[in-house]
Amino acid sequence: MTVTLVFFATLMATIVWWLIRQTADVQPWVADGDARGLANTDHLHTSSIKVGLGVFLLVAASLFALFISAYMIRMEAGDWKMLDDPQILWANTAVLVIASLFFQRSYNAAQKQQFASMRNALLLAGVFTLVFLVGQLKAWQQLSAAGSYLSSNPANAFFYLFTAVHGLHLIGGLWVWGKAALSFGDAQSIRQRVELCTVYWHFLLVIWLILFTLLLNT
Amino acid sequence: MTGVAHDETAYAPPSEVPEEELYHPKTFIGKYIWSQDAKVIAIQYSLTAIGIGIVALVLSGIMRLQLGFPDTFSFIDPSAYLQYVTMHGMIMVVYLLTALFLGGFGNYLIPLMCGARDMVFPYLNMLSYWVYLLAVLILVASFFVPGGTTGSGWTLYPPQSILQGTPGSNWGIILMLVSLAFFIIGFTMGGLNYIVTVLQARARGMTLMRLPLTVWGIFMATILALLAFPALFVSAIMMLLDHTLGTSFFMPAIMSMGEQLDYEGGSPVLFQHLFWFFGHPEVYIVALPAFGIVSDLISIHARKNIFGYRMMVWAIIAIGALSFVVWAHHMYVSGMNPLFGFFFATTTLIIAIPTALKVYNWVLTLWRGNIRLTVPMLFAIGFVFTFINGGLTGLFLGNVVVDVPLSDTYFVVAHFHMVMAVSPVLVIFGAIYHWYPKITGRMLNDTLGKFHFWATFLGTYAIYYPMHYLGFLGVPRRYYAMGNTDFIPESAQAVNASITIAALFVGVIQLVFFYNLIVSYFRGKASGGNPWEATTLEWQTPDTPPKHGNFGAELPIVYRWAYDYSVPGADLDYIPQNQPPKQTSQRDEDAQ
Repeated sequence: MTVTLVFFATLMATIVWWLIRQTADVQPWVADGDARGLANTDHLHTSSIKVGLGVFLLVAASLFALFISAYMIRMEAGDWKMLDDPQILWANTAVLVIASLFFQRSYNAAQKQQFASMRNALLLAGVFTLVFLVGQLKAWQQLSAAGSYLSSNPANAFFYLFTAVHGLHLIGGLWVWGKAALSFGDAQSIRQRVELCTVYWHFLLVIWLILFTLLLNT
Repeated sequence: MTGVAHDETAYAPPSEVPEEELYHPKTFIGKYIWSQDAKVIAIQYSLTAIGIGIVALVLSGIMRLQLGFPDTFSFIDPSAYLQYVTMHGMIMVVYLLTALFLGGFGNYLIPLMCGARDMVFPYLNMLSYWVYLLAVLILVASFFVPGGTTGSGWTLYPPQSILQGTPGSNWGIILMLVSLAFFIIGFTMGGLNYIVTVLQARARGMTLMRLPLTVWGIFMATILALLAFPALFVSAIMMLLDHTLGTSFFMPAIMSMGEQLDYEGGSPVLFQHLFWFFGHPEVYIVALPAFGIVSDLISIHARKNIFGYRMMVWAIIAIGALSFVVWAHHMYVSGMNPLFGFFFATTTLIIAIPTALKVYNWVLTLWRGNIRLTVPMLFAIGFVFTFINGGLTGLFLGNVVVDVPLSDTYFVVAHFHMVMAVSPVLVIFGAIYHWYPKITGRMLNDTLGKFHFWATFLGTYAIYYPMHYLGFLGVPRRYYAMGNTDFIPESAQAVNASITIAALFVGVIQLVFFYNLIVSYFRGKASGGNPWEATTLEWQTPDTPPKHGNFGAELPIVYRWAYDYSVPGADLDYIPQNQPPKQTSQRDEDAQ
């Protein structure tokens, strides 16, 4: 549970630090004589949906931290056999990196109000994500063709589990991507979806890189 | 309105940020069934949680019948008993308390107390309730599948939870795990809302340090829940795979019914770690909202500002942070490195410091207050007593050497029921008596309420006090019958019988409460907008019950904290949060 403990300690320390900073130098019992606190609307300048995504990413991050903790504890048992990871994972990783890059490109274009290139990059990002998912399925096929089934070893079980959970998160993201790609809503909301997707894809790329490193080395 | 004139526009600069559009449904179904109004969702959440909670209450009554009068009721066999224990625990902790405090009170109070029109993601909020309802229905379905519900104890420890021989080891446990997974997904949708609403949608002037402690408690509890529930999710998914697809995450090599199973090398203790990594914060997910609500009840009904507001906020934060590093104190008897035991005992005892701080502050708020012994206040004071009792036995059990002999006895049952069953439930009752007038526009009957309080308060003590003693005698918990326990004197059975009678009495008395809820809805005394003369924003709405959008044409502007009671020089003994400073007394006005 060390991974989880470190992760949560950092997280809680950040939250506590932020909350204390918000609350330390305040005398709550003093009423506003000059409407001082009323100008304090900083928190309204970040859109709620972005804050919402941020909180969701924390939840997802704790989910993966716990999975990784479970992985490392389970590894210590004697029956662990290192998995021969399918080579296609390297290609898949490259594809996911490209998808993330296209999202970034789409985001940059959106910032500059270049809607045509935003849309193109967005479509490509989605296509590459789909290619990644197909590639992951291929990896599953290769593994089971080689006789590495889910139940034959804990290393396999974790491999299937991690790729499935990660893939499901991507599929969830594709829902929002689909809304942006099919241009539901006005320009403002499309731009916002592009931004949210970009952050989300970068996050899932980082998670995948961590998982991939872990799976390769153990 | 409370009749206090206030002219917001003259005092505050115009808002820099335009208001978000609210979604206005037109049909009855849109308003009351697929509703996106947090207040309606809150009531849906509460009614569902109370409904399933009644099932759990009945189950506990049946368990008590068996324990008090063994060999009398033929319909309770050992398997059924274990199933009742399991479902009682799981429903009460997750499906009742968590859902009611966060889904119920969180939804109702966060937007109103923060001065918002609604939650920031109303659609997601609606979805949250329906996924929760689905989770409850799956749970209920597990009563009707072949083999019945799981009987593995609410902690669902493998390997026994999925092995033949444990009741419900087939469909029961699968439905339990699936239901939990849905509950967590639904809760996450709601939780995102509660956090982001508190962070983003507060009225102007409502700084974090002007929030009522109720909101602080619910806010911090939601952070805990969002971070802790994934641990339960992870363990539920991995156990499902162990059970259905034959993986060995948690399952060691094992013989069952004379047969070697296909499992190998899995770690049951890993499950315990994951489970309690969720399970301990869960205690505070239930306790922190209760702490917050009780702080407000005590302050309002003692007509005094809460003692040490900042300390109370920091104590909530500290308890929240610490609650993530104490989980293994539930696992002393699983065996662990003594150094770990020392570490977890220390953190457990440290958490008593902020908790005790809160208790002192409640008592100091009451000290020389102008106490109004209303029904909510009775419940709040009842809570303080009960929580001190439960908390003190927690200090005993936090120590490894004391926990090991007591862990499997009724002492633990007494401890956790005092601290996280009776205490939060007293707060829930207090909160319902307190906010019912805002929700319905009518007061609950006071006489019935007082009867309900005394019967419940004294009744629960008659149940749980003797259990401490049974625990010292060594009466084992989770047992269907005493069995080969010669060291326990015969008289223990007499205690058990009296506990059962008290439990049934307390259970039946709750009918008075439900009668009161229903009858007062139609015939209760009209309450007006602010019957308790409270300062917080939910009591300052133009309509009672508040309409969709909460605050009429203009959102309130907040000038002060939530605890301006008995302020010297003010005309009334309370000053609403949205009242500009210049107008707190007539004298000030005349002087201008």
